[in-house]
Parts: sequence; C-alpha cells; structure tokens
Amino acid sequence: MTETMEQASNAMGKDPRPIKLACRNVWKLFGANAANFIRERDGKASTADIAAAGLVGAVRAVDLEIRQGEIFIIMGLSGSGKSTLVRCMSRLVEPTHGKVEFEGKDLLKISDAALIELRRHRMGMVFQNFALLPHLNVLDNIAFPLSIQGQDRSTREARAREVIELVGLRGREHFYPRELSGGQQQRVGIARSLATKPEIWFLDEPFSALDPLIRREMQDELMRLQTMLHKTIVFITHDFDEAIRLADRIAIMKDGEVIQIGTPEQLVVNPATDYVAEFTRDVDRAKVISARSLMRACDGAEHGGTVAPEAKIASFSASIVSAGKPFAVINGTGKPIGEVTPQAVIDLLAGIERAGA
Amino acid sequence: MTVTARASRARPPIQRWLVIWVLALAVVLVVFLLQERLPWAVNYPAEAVVPVADWVSALMGWIKSNLSWLTRSITAVLSVPLDFALNLLAKNFKFGHGADAFVLPRLSWVGVCAAAFLAGYSAGGRKLGMLVGGCFLYIALFGQWTSAMLTLALISIAVPFCILTGLFAGIWAWRKPRAERLVVSPALDLMQTIPTFAYLIPMLLLFGNSPVSAMIATAIFATPPMVRATMLGLSRVPLEIGEFSDMAGCTARQKLWRVLLPSARPTLMVGVNQVIMLALNMVIIASMIGAGGLGYDVLLALRALKVGEAMEAGLAIVALAIALDRLSQAIAHKQAKGNVHGSASPGFWRRYPNLTLAIVILVVTTLLGVFVPAFAAVPKAITFTTAPLWKAAVNWVTINFFDIIEAFRVALILNVLNPLRAFCEGFPWLGAVFLLGLAGYQLSGLRLAALVAGLTAFCAITGLWEKTMATVYLCGISAFIACLIGIPIGLAAARSDRFEKIVTPVIDTLQVLPSFCFIIPVVMLFRVGDVTAMIATVAFAVVPAIRYTNHGIRQVPPALIEAAKVSGCTPRQTFFRVQLALALPEIMLGVNQTILMALAMIIICAMVGTRDLGQEVFIALSKADSGRGIVAGLAIAFIGIVADRLFNAWTAKARARLG
Repeated sequence: MTETMEQASNAMGKDPRPIKLACRNVWKLFGANAANFIRERDGKASTADIAAAGLVGAVRAVDLEIRQGEIFIIMGLSGSGKSTLVRCMSRLVEPTHGKVEFEGKDLLKISDAALIELRRHRMGMVFQNFALLPHLNVLDNIAFPLSIQGQDRSTREARAREVIELVGLRGREHFYPRELSGGQQQRVGIARSLATKPEIWFLDEPFSALDPLIRREMQDELMRLQTMLHKTIVFITHDFDEAIRLADRIAIMKDGEVIQIGTPEQLVVNPATDYVAEFTRDVDRAKVISARSLMRACDGAEHGGTVAPEAKIASFSASIVSAGKPFAVINGTGKPIGEVTPQAVIDLLAGIERAGA
Repeated sequence: MTVTARASRARPPIQRWLVIWVLALAVVLVVFLLQERLPWAVNYPAEAVVPVADWVSALMGWIKSNLSWLTRSITAVLSVPLDFALNLLAKNFKFGHGADAFVLPRLSWVGVCAAAFLAGYSAGGRKLGMLVGGCFLYIALFGQWTSAMLTLALISIAVPFCILTGLFAGIWAWRKPRAERLVVSPALDLMQTIPTFAYLIPMLLLFGNSPVSAMIATAIFATPPMVRATMLGLSRVPLEIGEFSDMAGCTARQKLWRVLLPSARPTLMVGVNQVIMLALNMVIIASMIGAGGLGYDVLLALRALKVGEAMEAGLAIVALAIALDRLSQAIAHKQAKGNVHGSASPGFWRRYPNLTLAIVILVVTTLLGVFVPAFAAVPKAITFTTAPLWKAAVNWVTINFFDIIEAFRVALILNVLNPLRAFCEGFPWLGAVFLLGLAGYQLSGLRLAALVAGLTAFCAITGLWEKTMATVYLCGISAFIACLIGIPIGLAAARSDRFEKIVTPVIDTLQVLPSFCFIIPVVMLFRVGDVTAMIATVAFAVVPAIRYTNHGIRQVPPALIEAAKVSGCTPRQTFFRVQLALALPEIMLGVNQTILMALAMIIICAMVGTRDLGQEVFIALSKADSGRGIVAGLAIAFIGIVADRLFNAWTAKARARLG
C-alpha cells in the first residue's frame, strides 16, 4: 500500500500543475455509530475490525490528489465503492471521516450556503442514467442550473444555446428527453453540466448505459471537448478499456480501498497486486507502453530511425519491424537516451515476458 | 429409518400448525355446544357492554357546545368559494333582495357543454371531446342539468382542497418517515376503511345539514389517495435526479418544487384522478346531509320507490362520472410533444387556444342567456324523459317474470342466506377472537395477533357482536360470489387478448361508477332485502377480482413459461403449476380488494333494508346520534382492517416464499 502511494507521489512530483481536489484519509462507513468507531481508532481500522463492529466499509482510507486539468479515472467493479467515493468528493454523500480538500480548503467544513454556491458555479456532474428532468425540453433542461441561480430567461437561454451547439444538438432544443436516443440524452446531460462553466467535472459512469458503438463515439466526443475546455475531470467507470483510452491517471478500487494509482502505462508495466494485473492482462500493451519503458542502453549498433520517449509502441511497431534495426530514443534536445530493438517490440506484441524487463 | 427421521424433521412446522388448528376448532366447537353453561362466551353479556357510544356522544356534545365558534367560522370561510361555485354553475348570482334584486345569470348550459368538448379535445383529441361533450349534452337533454351542476360545483371546490391538503400531507410524511409510520399511515388506513356513511354523522352534528358539511365530509374521504400518490411519487423519483438537483446547487425548496414534484407528475396525476372519482362518489352519498344534486334526486326517488326517476338521475351520475374520469385520465397521460421549430409563442391566446376559446364561448353564451332564455336554462321542449320507459320496462318484467324472480329470491334466502346468517350470528365471540388471533400469530407473529384479536374484541364489547356478524356474513358471501365470478373471468382474460379487449372497458366503467348507481337497477327487480344488497355488492366488488387475476397471470415472466414448456409441461401443467402458482399472491391481493369493496358497498346497502352495522349507522344518521354511528362505523372499519391485515400478511409470506 505505502509502495503504491510512493509510486503515485513520485509520478506527481514532476507535475507542476496545482492540486485541484484531494482526499485525505477519507472513510465512508455504514452502520450504527460509524463516526465514533473510526474517530476512536484515529482514522485507522482493519477489515476485521470493521466487520466485528457490524459496519460496512464503502470507502476506506482513500488518499488521492487530482491535478488541475487532468482526466482522473476511478476504476472498479460494481460494489467497489467508486460511486460512493465520487459522491464523497462532491459531498452528495457525507464522508464518515477524513478531509476532502477543494483547492486546499476542507469541503466538509464549509457551510451549506457555501456548498450550494460552490456547486452552482464550480462543480458539474454527469450521471449514468442521465437524470434529465422529464417535464422540461432540452433547452430548459440545459438552462435549469442557470435558472435556479436566478439568471433571467434571455441570458440563460443564450448560454444554453452555446452549449447545445458545443455538444452538437442543434435543432433538438424543443424536444423532450423521452423523445431522444440514449446517446442524445447523455449529450444533453453533458451540455447541462457544462452550462455553468464548472472547474471540476464529475462524470459518473456516463457512458455505461449506452451501447458499445455509441459509447466509443461519446468517448471521442469527450476527448474533443476536453481539448477545448481543459476541465479537471473525475471520471468513474467499470470498463478498463475505457479508462485506458481516456485517462491521464487511473485509481483502481477494490472493496472500498484504492489499491493503485498511476498512469495506464504504470498500471500495465508495474501492477501493484494480482488484482490489478488481472485487469491489465488483456490490454493491448503496444497501445499503452511507451518507448521509454522498452528501451535499453545503446550498445553501438546502427539505428534504423528515432522515436520520442513518450511514443507508444503501436505507433512505430510496423516500421521498426520492417526496418529490422533498433530505433534510437531521443529526448527533447535531440540526444539519444537509449534504443528500442525490433526483438523487444516483437516480444511485446507476441506477449512474451522478457526476463528483467 | 434415517430417511423418515429426516422427513419428519422437515415437516413439523406444517404438521404442528395442523394439529393446533384442529385443536382450536374443537375448543370453539365445545364452547358452542356448551352454550347453556357458558352463555357469556357465545353472546357477549349485555351488562358488561362498554358504553363507548355514550362516551363518544358526550364528547361530540361537548365539542358542539364549546367549539361552535370554530365550526361556525369554518362554515363561514368555506361557504364563500362554495357559494360562488354553486351560483356560477347551478344557481344565479343575486345581489340585493326582493323584486329589485339584480341577477347575474349562471353559466349557460350551451357554453358549459362547448367548454367540456374543448377540454376533451385539447386533452385527448376529437374522440374524447365528443365523449365528454356528449356526456354533458346528455345530462342537459335528459333534464338533469341543475342537479348535475350542483354536484359538479361541490366537486370543483372539494377537489382542489383535497389535492392541496393531500400534497402537503404527503410531502410531510415523505420527509419524516417516523411521522409516516406512526401518524399518517394508520390515519389513512382508518380514513379509507371507515364507511362513507359514518363520516356524515359528525359532520351533520358539527356543521348542520348544509352543502358545507357535505363538502367537508367529501374532502376527508377523498384526500387519502392524494397523500399516498404524493408519497409514492416522491419516493419513486430516481435517486440520480435528486443528486442532480443537489449538484446543480438547488436549495431544499427548489429541489422539492422544481425538480422532485414535477418529476413525480405522472404518479401525482393518478392521485388526482382518484381524488376526483372518490369526491364524486362521496358527493352523491353526502346528499343525505344536504349536498343536494344528483344524489339527492336518487335518494328521493328511491325512498318513494320511483324507479324511473331514480334510474334517470343514476344515469346522469354515470355520464358525469365517465366524463370526469376520462378527462382527468387523458390529462394525466398527456405528455408535451417536442417540435423542431417550436418557440414559446408570446400571446396567451396563441399558447392556450382551446382555453381562450372556451372562455369566450362561456362569456358569450352566458350573456346571450340574459336575452335568450334558451341559453340560460335548457328549454323544456328539447328535453327527454325516459322515466315512464323505465317504469314500463320494470312493470313488464315484474308482470312476466315475477314468479321466476321471486322463486330465485326465496330459494336464495331460504337455502343459502338464512342458514349462513344463523351460523354467523350464533358464532361465539370468544371463539372468533381466539381463532383470528391464532391466524394472525401464524401469519405474522404476536403483534398482528394482538391487533386482530383486539379489534375483533372491540366489536363484541361495544355490544355490536350480532350486527357485526350479520355484516361479516353478507360481506363474506358477496365477496365469495364476486371472486367466484371474477377470478374465472380474469383467468379467461389473461389467456385471450381478444377477451381482454372486451373486458377491460367494461370493468373500467364499472369502477368509476359511484356505489349508489349499483343499487338502482337491482332494487327494481328484487325490491329491498338481503338479496338486493348481495347482488349489488357482487356487481360492485367483482372488478378487483378480475383485474388482479388478469394482471397476476400476465405478469408471470415469459422466460419462466418458456422454461416450463422446454422442460416438457403440457399447456395445462404450465398453466396450473407455473402461471397460477406464481400469480397466486397477486390474485389474493385482488381477493383482499374485493372483500374491502364488498364491505364498503354492504354498508351503503343499508338503504335497501339490510339488518347489519350499516343499518346501525343509517339509523344513527337519521337520528343524528353521533356516538352510535361512530362506534358502528369503527366496528365496520375494524372488520376491514382485520381482513386486510390477515390477507396482507399471507400475501407477504407467499411472496417471500416465491422470492
């Protein structure tokens, strides 16, 4: 556990972006006297202790930091506590113990009025089953968060039309949610959550209720929006492929605990437990692993080409194999820092583990 | 050896209960046979009767004499909107007195019919418009206009009142689950099981014989479904929608009024429909305490045994009921349609064309009515009366079929009703308390046993045992026959879509008819007595038996039926072993509803001369004896609650077993 934390903090050590949202030893326990139970133990309890006290631990001792502008994915199977964790972050669920810091300020200590203010202007959320209001049409649904802030009709509708344009729903303004397909409904959900220009954007399994083709399309759509908007995104999913496609970093949860935090590549190359390894086993490694992970020191052989250290193997596997010579890995200043051999790439593609990799 | 040992170890619970039941029945039989020695166990001793009725009378007397300022001010406040509605629809507005009074006419009947058509048209298209407008036109042409508008005026004031009260009570109960469990839920149960008659007595006492007391009774009776619909609707709003409103930064009030309640609209509208129908039903019955209107016409005609007039007024009630039901259902199901070009058009006229048109027509026709009398009142020349026709038909039937009907009636009384009645009335009260308590214990546990035994004992210790059992007998046999007819019809409907298409509109219509209407045709043929009460009750109570059976069979998952077929069941086996077995809890719910509806109807049948608790209430009503009426009303409610709790416990057990 400590090892994975170290690994995570090492990875972030280089990250210059400020911390937007952080969880410090966050617990959510269900059952009688849960708050006293965890306070008496000073924020530490084992699985056995919790079970002996007749409590259920939905979120246990979660520590994580989310940087401004990153896509942070919380991945876990159903019942792993990921939905509860994201609700603790937005205080939809009151954590039993710990701190949730939004720009360094403890969310759990602010007043109800301040919380409402925060949610109105700085947080947005998209839900798995869309949670659209059935009695309002698309335009009014999207303008709803603005309307409860007291904005007048023309201002809020102008803003709503902007986001409608952004998510590609023009022409549907006056349709009702039940008249739209699932994908369109979720576009409305996304537009609605963006209408208030939030800084942090919670997406709770937003594409899980959609069928696979639409899901892929919506993932691309999300990436497109993110390149324009640069939100801080907390994204929940149970689909590891989706996580790998979208994530800057992934936190893997099991039984309420975060068992590893890292980039997709770190998870694939260095799984902390067998459980993580199980998830990463079927991943197309060439798309996740970068040249940096596969390189070795140059041994003087002739190079058939050059690649950047961040380049994914899949992006140059075909050319390196056809060239039949190692490629030099070159950093920003143009100096070679190592090389990748065709054999290493072939081994990776074939799924052969090299000793000492 | 081991096999039998294991088998007997698995079986004991059932066997033990079998033995216990045999013993219990034997004990009751012994008590019955020893009635010479133990008369107090069979008939509750008269000298030990607890005078609850006197206490209630004393309490009501105290309220009447000490709180008259309150009742008077309530009357004063409520009569303002009520008088306005009555004047607007039925009477005329009069300013000043005597000959020089200035009279503003009521709404013209032509205008109201046109408005009814437009309301139907905007809610459900041309077909519904024709139906609703047609119903009103029927009422006008058959000379029932003024009475029907009196009834409608009362409903139109009572219903908004019920809806608002129900909404706020429902919100409160939803917010405070403890209050829901301890206060709201039991109160609703009692409000709905106390017979309608019993409401009238305290109202009569406190508010006098007036439309106001009728309206208050109506409001109390018709509110519970709105409370339930509100609680249900709010609890059914998807969790995510509530979370969304929090994340959007709604305050608690914004969350409730702008997110949760609008999202719960479909369920709330079902509640509104039920409120309207119950209010109509109650307004008819409340004609006994001064509501006037169609119910009063029926009542007068029935008392004078003028079957023709009773039938006419009854049919007008049917027309009003169908119009109100279909209209409110269409509004409930109506969903706004999106459009590509749509923009909220600015003017009121553009946004609500039908409403504007209706208002214009109403104003114009009413003003015309000042000059043209034909617009103000339905001209005699164009009205019909069918009363002589009905009378002739009844006469013809009685002359030609008197013997058959009479033979049927007498045979039924002698061979079925009287022996059953004797058995029920002779049943030892202590035995009944004991057996019902035992059933409660077996089905749920000590709490249910105590409740059931306590409520049963209440009927005995207030000295109403014999009348209670008379009610149980009539209600029991009616419910039994209703099930005997209804369940097979429900089964047939479940197996044939074509048959279901025929049955559904019939039971839909039966369900919206006020209970009064069922008595009229039966009285014509069978005159007064237990047989009439029984037949009217069967007709009234058959609906849930059909509906629940059909629904129960149809909701069996198709995958299970396929599984049965694949494992080689014959159609017969599939039906009995799978569909029927799985539908049984649902069917039992239908039986439960049938019993409760039969109970409600049996009480109303006191008007045709039964000799049970209903008659007790009816007499109390005519004497304005509140203690007697309320205690008898409570006894009726307790019969209903005992039956309901036992059935529910059984169904819950069966459901748990089926998983």
